[in-house]
Amino acid sequence: MRKIFVSLLAVCFVALGITTTAFANSEGIAWDKAPGKVTDLASLRNGAKVFVNYCLNCHSASYMRFNRLKDIGLTDQQIKDNLLFTTDKVGETMKASFDPRQAKEWFGGTPPDLSVIARSRSAEGKGTGADYLYTYLRTFYVDDSKATGWNNLAFPNIAMPHALWELQGKRAAIFESREEHGVEVHVFKGWEQLTPGSMSPAEYDQTVADLVNYLQWMAEPAQNTRVHLGYAVLAFLLVLIFCAWRLNAAYWRDVK
Amino acid sequence: MAEFKEISPNAPALAKVSNWFENRFPTAFDAYRVHMAEYYAPKNFNFWYVFGSLSLLVLVIQIVTGIFLVMHYKPDAALAFGSIEYIMRDVPWGWLIRYMHSTGASAFFIVVYLHMFRGLLYGSYRKPRELVWVFGCAIFLCLMAEAFMGYLLPWGQMSYWGAQVIVNLFSAIPFVGPDLALLIRGDYVVGDATLNRFFSFHVIAVPLVLLGLVVAHLLALHDVGSNNPDGVEIKGPDAPRDAAGHPLDGVPFHPYYTVHDIFAVSVFLFVFSAVIFFAPEMGGYFLEYNNFIPADPLKTPLHIAPVWYFTPFYSMLRAITSEMMFALIACVLAGAGFGVFKSRLPVVFKAAITVIAVVVVAMMLQIDAKFWGVVVMGGAVVILFFLPWLDHSPVKSIRYRPHWHKYLYGVFVVVFITLAYLGVQPPSKLGERISQLGTLFYFGFFLLMPWWSRLGQCKPVPARVTFVAH
Repeated sequence: MRKIFVSLLAVCFVALGITTTAFANSEGIAWDKAPGKVTDLASLRNGAKVFVNYCLNCHSASYMRFNRLKDIGLTDQQIKDNLLFTTDKVGETMKASFDPRQAKEWFGGTPPDLSVIARSRSAEGKGTGADYLYTYLRTFYVDDSKATGWNNLAFPNIAMPHALWELQGKRAAIFESREEHGVEVHVFKGWEQLTPGSMSPAEYDQTVADLVNYLQWMAEPAQNTRVHLGYAVLAFLLVLIFCAWRLNAAYWRDVK
Repeated sequence: MAEFKEISPNAPALAKVSNWFENRFPTAFDAYRVHMAEYYAPKNFNFWYVFGSLSLLVLVIQIVTGIFLVMHYKPDAALAFGSIEYIMRDVPWGWLIRYMHSTGASAFFIVVYLHMFRGLLYGSYRKPRELVWVFGCAIFLCLMAEAFMGYLLPWGQMSYWGAQVIVNLFSAIPFVGPDLALLIRGDYVVGDATLNRFFSFHVIAVPLVLLGLVVAHLLALHDVGSNNPDGVEIKGPDAPRDAAGHPLDGVPFHPYYTVHDIFAVSVFLFVFSAVIFFAPEMGGYFLEYNNFIPADPLKTPLHIAPVWYFTPFYSMLRAITSEMMFALIACVLAGAGFGVFKSRLPVVFKAAITVIAVVVVAMMLQIDAKFWGVVVMGGAVVILFFLPWLDHSPVKSIRYRPHWHKYLYGVFVVVFITLAYLGVQPPSKLGERISQLGTLFYFGFFLLMPWWSRLGQCKPVPARVTFVAH
């Protein structure tokens, strides 16, 4: 009986595997793996700094309180001195410094709230939300056909300009035109650095990795506590399982 | 009034307390005896028999965590999404309560599906347990309503658009459909009114019905006694009993099955906690990624998929295309033809079958396939209620049925899982064909059961349960 089920399930999974490959998400390029670790507090602190300095001008993180940054090793005083631009209370949530109505006028849309952005951008077959953000923030290129003068490989025709361009410098993307199945397609070939940024490419990648790491953490600030507690809970349950198993055996010994 | 029992003044304190209560509330003591200490359950229960108690455990988890969530949740279209994030960030241990509730929803369906499959394997719905099964199916139906309405509450994109799609299905019903959909939504689109009424149903109406049905399910079960993997009646007139009249093949539920279930509960909690603490999103299946984007009535997501536990039925809905209608019409005609030409029914019945078939086929040609999709989806659940009267096998348990029945049940499981998988995926030509075949198999399995369950040579059923001492 069990054998039949196992073999049928195996057939089922193989069949499913064949059909899955047909449904790969085709929007944008393939994603790079985000290198960040949400347990790396130094990286998170650097990411928080970049976030507050570059992202918070246009985007809010309206479910995130400044004083939650204490979880990544900052003190109230450090938060007050270095990170509060839009408010003077550490208990406030992170609100963008400019008016959303103006944003709509300038970019054609309100910049999305970034509190849970890393959780919302995962896609099956492509990667996690962090992978997406890590790829997205590193693939802006100059495109004069767009209103902002910028375009992006991970999010084609994006309305947002390159916020970190001073760090990365201006880059152009080189495309090769090719005919595929009778249709002309543009295939990405490589980058051309037009003006240098204040950071080397390696430094820039590291900064983006820290920022993405921070976004990932901010999407669920309790996640490190959750995992830590998880080990303790599972350890306790293992003991409980053992006791329950022996208790059960002790009672059932009498049943003939 | 019951007889007042005196107790010796020298009796232990605990016995005195117990006696004091028993004199004042004998019903509770009787219930304990009838349902726990003197409820004899077959001693040969196996792994499959833990999912009933586990369902009850998950129900309690859902109710208790739900009570705490409601303390901070705001059923308001402008505040709902933010209040969930408030629970996740600012409410002490809010994240744990929320993950227990969201994981609990999926866990509920896992244990209930396994519990139902157990019933299917061992014929637990057969006489005299038809009502136990019917109450169980009603619980499953309530659970689907509860899960569907609860899923709107986080007010994310999937909450919103999932509700939009499902409520719109009702508008496919001829004549009353659009008004019915309006009544459910309370507005012309899913909005604040919808959120409020779904909240009300999710936290009050449906749980009340659910609890009542669970009580009925358990009382009916304890009246007729539990089935077992052998399908042998341990309390039947010929069943062996000891001097006190207790069945020899049974053991008192307490303590034997309470310790058994404590073991099962601890293993379940291990798996449940592993998900809560290490993979609460479960790769986008328990918490969908799109649901972390607040509901936006102006932005339809590219791909709207219900949560995994609804997807087998959602697949069947999508399988009903106008093309598929011809296959269904052929099935109706074949069924009617069989009834008219092959059966030995009186002429009146044959005439009735012919008339009904003609009317149904005419309706199938007239009314949009979308409506029939809804009928098929609803029918896939409703057909379960009729299982006790569809199964005509001479034996209850799969153990003593013809060998090929096992393969048939195996294929049924594979079809169900495949339908579930296809329901998660975006529509595709190949997926559509497979889900159409799956739908035909699913309904064929049940509707042809009166025929196929009688075929083949059953093995002899033993007089007593098979039990090997531990």
